Amino acid sequence: MTNNLILRVVSKSLIPLIIVFALYVQFHGDYGPGGGFQAGVIMSAAIILYALVFGLDAGEQVIPSTMLRILASLGVLIYAGVGVVTLFLGGNYLDYSVLGGTRVAGQHLGILLVELGVGMTVFSVMLIIFFAFAGRGRP
Amino acid sequence: MIDVFIDVILLAFLAITAVSIVRMTNLFAIIMLFGIFSFLSAAMFVVMDAVDVAFTEAAVGAGISTVLMLATIALTRDHHEKASVSHRPWLPLTVVIVTGAALVYGTLDIPGFGDPEAPAQMHVAPYYIERSVAETGVPNVVTAVLASYRGFDTLGEVIVVFTAGIAVMLLIGGRRRKSNAGSNEGDENDK
Amino acid sequence: MDFIIGHYNYWIAIFLMMTGFYTVISRGNLVKKIIGLNIFQVSVFLLYISMSTVKGGAAPIITEGVKLYSNPLPHVLILTAIVVGVATTALGLALVVRIKEAYGTIEEDEIHQQDHSL
Repeated sequence: MTNNLILRVVSKSLIPLIIVFALYVQFHGDYGPGGGFQAGVIMSAAIILYALVFGLDAGEQVIPSTMLRILASLGVLIYAGVGVVTLFLGGNYLDYSVLGGTRVAGQHLGILLVELGVGMTVFSVMLIIFFAFAGRGRP
Repeated sequence: MIDVFIDVILLAFLAITAVSIVRMTNLFAIIMLFGIFSFLSAAMFVVMDAVDVAFTEAAVGAGISTVLMLATIALTRDHHEKASVSHRPWLPLTVVIVTGAALVYGTLDIPGFGDPEAPAQMHVAPYYIERSVAETGVPNVVTAVLASYRGFDTLGEVIVVFTAGIAVMLLIGGRRRKSNAGSNEGDENDK
Repeated sequence: MDFIIGHYNYWIAIFLMMTGFYTVISRGNLVKKIIGLNIFQVSVFLLYISMSTVKGGAAPIITEGVKLYSNPLPHVLILTAIVVGVATTALGLALVVRIKEAYGTIEEDEIHQQDHSL
């Protein structure tokens, strides 16, 4: 699809906007609709669009597969790790109140970190699945 | 009155799309209809004031699911469902009608749609709505419940997504081996 | 008439559920079965979200001046269910690809024939 001029030009202008929108959804999930899952899926949609228009090899150059596997594991590790950190700080597992100075600050920080972990894992897993399906047909 | 009208129109379109998915045989058309079905259900969720759910359903159902199904029929090169030659639809139809009738009989006791005095709205929901901003400082109650009040469920969900990624990587992550049908060894080259 | 207006949401959700169920049990093509399963899942979500709406309520995001909110708990449950559903669908489609490579077909009766003749 690299020969199609309209697709190339439009997707080159749209993909940065999609990524910025995904970051907005991720970090404004506290104040409006959104959160980790939606943000991860939208960000992976941007990379999938790039891979569809410019070819699978170009897509795999943007994010190599090893990086994706590391990101996926890192997301789960961040989520579970927040729980372990709260254990060490004296609260229960995943009790965010002990993370900050006041109770509300701790909860806010905990929710932010946890949604970040969720977003990273969902983003990398969607891309892993897409690259697995798309790469299977190559000889 | 206008929202009842919108409700009825959207649900009618949903039913029409679902019935055409059953009746058609061209797999590509069926997958496109499934994308439309997903979008219509996301619109239905918005009408029912569930904005987070609509966001996720539109992104995941009409986005990722449709792309993966298209990739599957591209890989399996199977664009048409085989027309049933010796199917007797009476047994599945009977099972479906009996199950549907039992479920409809079950819904006769449910309180009406949108009733603010329903038991579902009485016990846990006011607790979350009243205390979410005071305890967590997050105005979006769904995010507060998802990440803080019910954090363990979300941890399990992230692990489920991670496991699905690993499983798909194991199944079709490597290069395809050229082998005869029926004698595939099942081990793959790692990239 | 009030009873019908109060309940048709649930009845259409049950009709969609049964349509998806019928697709799963009566069609032989594996990809179509997975699509039927997805229709079933989406109709279950419709049923749950219908049970959580409140007439005259707003989306459950706390803002000034809004008194009545929809029930946020089913939204959380359905959010989890949607993501788990897509994980299941992706896994099912990966299995379909491997079945096609092993048997050469994705029609259920042909797969049964090959299994019985081995």
